[in-house]
Amino acid sequence: MTASPASAPATRTEEAAVRADELTAVPVRHWSRWIAAALALLSLVGLVGSLAKNPNLHWDVVGHYLFADLIFDGLVTTLWLTAAAMAIGLALGTLVAVMRLSASPVLYALSSLFVWLFRGTPLLVQIIFWAYAAALYKHVMIGIPFTTITFVQLDTNSLLTPSIAALLALGLNEAAYASEIVRAGIQSVDPGQTEAAHSLGMKPALTMRRIVLPQAMRVIIPPMGNETINMLKTTAYVSVIAAHDLMSNIQDVYAQNYQVIPMLVVAALWYLALTTVLSVPQAWLERRYGRGTTRMAQVSPLRRMFVGVTDLLTTNRERKG
Amino acid sequence: MAQPMVHAEGVRKHYGKLDVLKGIDLTVERGQVCCLLGPSGSGKSTFLRCINHLEKVDGGRLTVDGDLVGYRQAGTRLHELRESEVAERRREIGMVFQRFNLFPHMTALENVIEAPVRVNGVNKADARAEAQLLLDRVGLGDRAGHYPSQLSGGQQQRVAIARALAMKPKLMLFDEPTSALDPELVGDVLDVMRDLAADGMTMVVVTHEIGFAREVGDTAVFMDDGVVVEAGDPRTVLVDPEQERTKAFLSKVL
Repeated sequence: MTASPASAPATRTEEAAVRADELTAVPVRHWSRWIAAALALLSLVGLVGSLAKNPNLHWDVVGHYLFADLIFDGLVTTLWLTAAAMAIGLALGTLVAVMRLSASPVLYALSSLFVWLFRGTPLLVQIIFWAYAAALYKHVMIGIPFTTITFVQLDTNSLLTPSIAALLALGLNEAAYASEIVRAGIQSVDPGQTEAAHSLGMKPALTMRRIVLPQAMRVIIPPMGNETINMLKTTAYVSVIAAHDLMSNIQDVYAQNYQVIPMLVVAALWYLALTTVLSVPQAWLERRYGRGTTRMAQVSPLRRMFVGVTDLLTTNRERKG
Repeated sequence: MAQPMVHAEGVRKHYGKLDVLKGIDLTVERGQVCCLLGPSGSGKSTFLRCINHLEKVDGGRLTVDGDLVGYRQAGTRLHELRESEVAERRREIGMVFQRFNLFPHMTALENVIEAPVRVNGVNKADARAEAQLLLDRVGLGDRAGHYPSQLSGGQQQRVAIARALAMKPKLMLFDEPTSALDPELVGDVLDVMRDLAADGMTMVVVTHEIGFAREVGDTAVFMDDGVVVEAGDPRTVLVDPEQERTKAFLSKVL
């Protein structure tokens, strides 16, 4: 410990003798943080070192497959599945949320039934169900009920390819969860906002679109960001119906070469990279919809991080000085 | 004589078993300022909100410029209109709220142009020019780009008045417009309202500002317990009232 004059006990007269403009405040010193950081770093280095040297991990296999074409094909499927399922989830979820808040008992009942059904059954069951839906209905028809008139008739098996079945399962399941998030967002908006819009002659749909939803977004975005990151990882489930996503292709490889652990490392590295990238647009969206609410929201996330780091460095310098 | 702007005959409203309006009769002529006063719970705000159908009436006739606001009459029945039809009729009735209710995600200027652009289909450039004039008029021309959170309560309320005026209303409703303000900010808002009254705007104002009602009001209406206790010239009703209940109320607030 450095013994500075300020830390030594001083008598009242000594204290009073220091000129007021010479006095500067020093923040609390957090020695324990430095010790904890050193210990954590040491164990991390140990762990990484042991993993790096472990011959069973076969880093050469990891390196070989990390940028393989098959893995890239899987990645592309995983990415579009995530994007499309979230788009369906958000659009349908918003519709269901508005129905659930509607004054109409019919719309309320229908939307409640939807949420009950798709939130109440396991996603895995839903995925396999859509993949095997052809066993339930052989054909999908569009026509006039109770007559023989049909406009379009499609074979269910050719319609519900594994990709479409996966998309349907993920999208509908997500819609059930998203609807609850959107509903909470809508309900968080002050009813006075709707009254003000109505008093200006705005119709209900316009009020929802221009006034309520933009304000609800502030509450909706953080959990929807979570849902998106979750969805990216959840797409791995569709490997059970061989939908050719990243996980399906990883399984295909280790089913042949038995290199399970190295292939899982490849999968984990890609999922980690993608979820990391996904948190960037979330921060940007939060700022966009935080307009007019908080002052900090006007500062970009990168800038906030920069300010945080420079603060840390300057206090460190003061400590050393 | 011309059609009165607001005409109420036996307007009734109840929440469950609680009667909040027990037959209100009231007439506001064009260009007049009518101040509604009374203790809280007297039904004055509820009545004001019935005028633009934010609250539904249960019986009686309530017309604005000769039209029923939220209903269509068929014999002895009032059929409630659809929300979109009510919205049509609300366009010409401006309203200012106690808690301002500005749209927090829009700047002052965006708040003002929202309804003219989206409801009346005015083109954006014209709406902006018009909005700037309105903001100048309420003394906030230099705050057009500010968000509501960056404005004081009094400034927010003046933006709210500009927002209502942007729809060129024939009637303005004020629901305790200065009750949520710091005392020092009340004056600016009342000045704007005084200005509007002098311009000939028809106004119905729920207020606790006895001084404003006396000075600017053409009629003062004292309500208590869902009925009109006393109505007339504010210089009589608010200075030398006939009814005991009015006297008791005034002695408490003055």
